[in-house]
Amino acid sequence: MKLYERQRHRVLQIVTKLIIPFVMLFALYVQFHGDYGPGGGFQAGVIFASAFILHGLIFGLQRTRQVITPTALRILMALGVLIYLGTGIYSMLLGGNLLDYNVFAHDGKHGQHWGIFAVELGVGVTVTAVMISLFYSFASKR
Amino acid sequence: MELLVTVVLLTFLVAIVVGIIVLRDLLAAIILLGMYSLVAAGVFVVMDAVDVAFTEAAVGCGISTILFLGALSFTRHEQKPRGHDSLVAVVFVVLTGALLIYGTLDMPYYGDPQSPAQTHPELTQHYLYTSMDETGMPNAVTSVLASYRGYDTLGETVVVFTAGIAVLSLLGLIRRRPEDETPDDAPGDVPALPKNDSERTS
Repeated sequence: MKLYERQRHRVLQIVTKLIIPFVMLFALYVQFHGDYGPGGGFQAGVIFASAFILHGLIFGLQRTRQVITPTALRILMALGVLIYLGTGIYSMLLGGNLLDYNVFAHDGKHGQHWGIFAVELGVGVTVTAVMISLFYSFASKR
Repeated sequence: MELLVTVVLLTFLVAIVVGIIVLRDLLAAIILLGMYSLVAAGVFVVMDAVDVAFTEAAVGCGISTILFLGALSFTRHEQKPRGHDSLVAVVFVVLTGALLIYGTLDMPYYGDPQSPAQTHPELTQHYLYTSMDETGMPNAVTSVLASYRGYDTLGETVVVFTAGIAVLSLLGLIRRRPEDETPDDAPGDVPALPKNDSERTS
């Protein structure tokens, strides 16, 4: 029965394989283009997670778990917050206030660019990991 | 033209909400909830809040629908028929709704020139006029979110993290069972399907 199911979903599987890279690329675009257009870490994280969720829906949860393991997700969840907080503490170590990005470079604007880049990356990593692990824990219970 | 679009979108919203209330089929209700978020994102675009619309479309329409569908697998697809509507419940719901509407009466109307944001525009103008010079970000929303109010966004990230931890500690990330280790055509997945089918048909 399972073999039959796999044959039946062949079209979906191939289309999904084609779509997933573009979804991830769009997520990265949203992540790093948030300075110029709508978007940012939160939206990008959700879109990036949706690529994995699509994979899980079509190929089954077991295989998605092999792509990105629950342990890795737990580490990434904390890592994002640590990137954010670390940026703030680093700016304090350089003599500024918490999350004062101006001290990161000689030119304040460059410092702001680096700071916002790091902070948005932290948001994106945490949101991606939380969304995928929410999907894992909801979908694995039957 | 903008007024027409707004009226049409808001009418859709009301129609969808009525549909969600009336429908007994939970699957259809979840799909309608996703549609509600999509139309709401359209309303936000009309109000020029593209960042908010983006989030609403991605989170409300995408992830929430998937998570609701996941939650649906815990339960049945049909709402249980109610015996009779309790009078106490109706009174409480009407009272709460009336209170919420009363709460919105203090808020300024949309685009009201007498609203505090318009009569004291110093902060808004500071962000709009000087954020480009201070942060080098063309998108003022991003500069406010990540730089001027970076501390707020740090709190939001921690909230997302905490919510993730809470759900994981309630539901668990890993099923600690032997069939977990085997690939996806494991025997553990098969019995669940017929059981659900027989439940649905009975």
